[in-house]
Amino acid sequence: MTKSINQQIAFWILRIMSSLVVLFLVLILGFIISKGIGVINWKFLTTMPEDGMTKGGIYPAIIGTFCLVGGSMLFAFPIGVMSGIFIHEYAPNGFFKRFVQLMTNNLAGVPSIVFGLFGMSLFVNKLHFGDSIIAGSLTLGLLVLPVVIRTTEEALKSVNDSFRLASYGLGASKLQTIWRVVLPIATPNIITGLILSIGRVSGETAPILFTVAAYYLPKLPTSMYDQVMALPYHLYVLSTSGTDIKASRDMAYGTALVLVAIVLIANLIANALRKFLSKKVKMN
Amino acid sequence: MKKILSYIFGRIITVLLYLSGSVTSIIVVLIVIFLFSEGSGLFGKKPTEEGFIMAVNKTNNVKHLDAEQIKLIFDGEITNWKKVGGRNDSIILFRMDNITDFFTEEQRENPDSVIKLLGENYERLPQCISRVVEANPGIIAFVGKKYIDKNFAGKELKIDKITISDFLFGKLWFPTAHPVAVFGALPLLLGTFWVSIFAILFALPLGLATAIYMAEVAHPTVRNILKPVIELLAGIPSVVYGFFGLVVVVPFIQNTFNLPVGETALAGSIILGIMALPTIITISEDAIRTTPRSMKEASLALGATHWQTIFKVILPYSSSGITAGAILGIGRAIGETMAVLMVTGNAAVIPHTLLEPVRTIPATIAAELGEASQGGLHYEALFTLGCILFIITMIVNLAVEIISSRNKRVAS
Amino acid sequence: MYKIESKDVNLYYGEHHALKNISLQMKANTVTALIGPSGCGKSTYLRLLNRMNDLIENVRIEGTVLIDNKDIYARGIKIDELRKKVGMVFQKPNPFPKTIFENVAYGLRVNGISNKSYIEERVTRSLQNAALWEEVKDKLKKSAFELSGGQQQRLCIARALAIEPSIVLMDEPASALDPISTAKIEELIYELKDKYTIVIVTHNMQQAARVSDRTAFFYIGEVVEYNDTKEIFTNPKNQRTQNYITGRFG
Repeated sequence: MTKSINQQIAFWILRIMSSLVVLFLVLILGFIISKGIGVINWKFLTTMPEDGMTKGGIYPAIIGTFCLVGGSMLFAFPIGVMSGIFIHEYAPNGFFKRFVQLMTNNLAGVPSIVFGLFGMSLFVNKLHFGDSIIAGSLTLGLLVLPVVIRTTEEALKSVNDSFRLASYGLGASKLQTIWRVVLPIATPNIITGLILSIGRVSGETAPILFTVAAYYLPKLPTSMYDQVMALPYHLYVLSTSGTDIKASRDMAYGTALVLVAIVLIANLIANALRKFLSKKVKMN
Repeated sequence: MKKILSYIFGRIITVLLYLSGSVTSIIVVLIVIFLFSEGSGLFGKKPTEEGFIMAVNKTNNVKHLDAEQIKLIFDGEITNWKKVGGRNDSIILFRMDNITDFFTEEQRENPDSVIKLLGENYERLPQCISRVVEANPGIIAFVGKKYIDKNFAGKELKIDKITISDFLFGKLWFPTAHPVAVFGALPLLLGTFWVSIFAILFALPLGLATAIYMAEVAHPTVRNILKPVIELLAGIPSVVYGFFGLVVVVPFIQNTFNLPVGETALAGSIILGIMALPTIITISEDAIRTTPRSMKEASLALGATHWQTIFKVILPYSSSGITAGAILGIGRAIGETMAVLMVTGNAAVIPHTLLEPVRTIPATIAAELGEASQGGLHYEALFTLGCILFIITMIVNLAVEIISSRNKRVAS
Repeated sequence: MYKIESKDVNLYYGEHHALKNISLQMKANTVTALIGPSGCGKSTYLRLLNRMNDLIENVRIEGTVLIDNKDIYARGIKIDELRKKVGMVFQKPNPFPKTIFENVAYGLRVNGISNKSYIEERVTRSLQNAALWEEVKDKLKKSAFELSGGQQQRLCIARALAIEPSIVLMDEPASALDPISTAKIEELIYELKDKYTIVIVTHNMQQAARVSDRTAFFYIGEVVEYNDTKEIFTNPKNQRTQNYITGRFG
């Protein structure tokens, strides 16, 4: 008798605590969306900041973030995918593979501010890139590299071994098998990972603090050695060290909403893709 | 011909794959090299600016002081030489700009005598300093080397070089103070742990409960709602968390506890706790799911309720996975920068309660690196902090690795 | 009066009709063997008797199952009470990652017994009943994983006996074991018959012939033949039963 009452109580506690977690998300998203939705309009997205960033738009920050996302993906995506292929398809089971995996895990655990330090020391100072899109992109690229590697590994893992064996059975080489059989099957999953890492990169602040981000720069970059504004850093500046923090609050809400929207959209696309894929697999 | 080409192509691809396979290892090694080469420069250096020395009266029996002591002396918090191992004599501070304090009133009032003493272009300043130091047994003078007379009547005080233990256990963090910079990272270290531990105390029960609920209790439909919620929580950028903390949590804490400022360790812990939730939930849920079905069935077949089964069989079985999740959550919290920087108030003091401002290591780096000149002591000190952060995360990762490999052994 | 009685039981996994109109009666203190090819529903039927199928989603059950003349699927039935009365031993030994002692004591503890000396006495008696006591009496504090597979299975039997069920369900209890351990388990089943009603699922025809009093032959969700074991093995009425027993399919 008491056993089942205990269970009832315990399960209700679990339910309440889980709803708290949902509540947090609803609270945060609800707050950002409700405060920011009124700020966002076409002008906000496409004009320069004005009046000490208390008026105008966030156009240069959007373009800056766009450049950084593109640059970092250009670097991290090919290397990450190749690394994932290497770990899952090529590396012989043994010390080297374990070591590489351990190092990838380690890199994934390194705090973003440490990437910032490293990027500043290597790209900005040692290689004399200065505060620039290329320094920032490379730093961000290093940060998402482990994410890309892992998603690639997962995607490859989900490819049934029978496809590989069938291909080998027809006399295909390892490279041909990977290129013609394994990768086409794994590609949608890899792309899902890519979309999620775009969401991740566009929100990172600490790595770009000292490698690229400009406090206020109302013009667009012309080369990859230019500094740019970026959305997350812009939000940080607006909310803590702007010229008039109170007056730029609205701008901050708008910027926060744009950031959240990017992440939301990335997640939605990734989820939709995943759902679509699992349906396709079922149909087959 | 075609065969040879395709062979060469194949070899090139294979080499490329091997190279990109090792890229993470190379990056880790590079990070170690750069961080540690910049960060280790701090040790063995004097914390004063180049070209300056500390001078005292010849009769003073104090031989050397460390940065913290000098800082306290010049702040007027240590006023007697006895406190730093000297004789019982009060300390007289001397800086270049207060030299006229040591003249007699007559001398000060009369511009001619000032010029007579210092020289028209301060050319007699060195002799003057020498005389002042000689005349005051309790004096401590912070002087540029070029103002030291050839026949200087005082003696130079040795200033201790910065050591690792000073850095780790020093209680004062004043990287830009004059005349000496003080790099005691203890308040930052404790601040980091303080905020992170409370974050986990808050996040672990919530996260574990949610993980259990998702893995064992929830209807699949509910679970399908919870999963994207948690992914989104993980996806929200930390600067947005910081912003939310700043405009919602901080004022809330300020009003609730009636504080002068709301930027406190508590605000940091709450925000960090929410941010650590996804890590804890996903890893714990995975661990709970790996419990073999047969264990669960055995328990139920013995008349245990579902909850008893969860509590007595499933949780013990998945405990190492849950521990790994908690440790990884702590690691995330320790390394988190922006959110903490925005809500904790950033006072570099050793924390005693949750309701006062604290400053963490990542926040310190983010806040100060922009102002530190490249290659300077302050710059190096921030890299040293980066090294500490890096070492902590390595330890965290290694611990997780060991725990989960042990888990695999038990499972097999 | 029967110990276990099922009337026109149908079970569906979603669309799949897994058990079709099963009606079986089992007397107290007998051993009933359920035999048949893989996927014929014999394990599903076994799991019906302690409501283990409840764990699976999309299961629908029709008909009545009576144990001691009570409908175990009626509203208000406490499932944990039912499972206390109907013990179960699984195909693979599945001891908990606890000590030998704690494994056997688990069922007592979760059923609210905390008297230390009473638990000790029951653990000892159960281990004796499961013919394991002599082998483990000196290492009760050791992990159950240190035992051999056969010992682990007897530990699982002891664990099931500790809560004093009147029925013991066994789902191919010896399939993962070597011949010597299997012989020990069979011997044990024979001894346990005095106190318990036993239902055993087995792939092994000889085993069914050796240990059981009655045998039910399942085929694609139906009971093709149910009779005294001797009759089934010497004089099967149904052609399919005969084919199966003589090894023409399975």
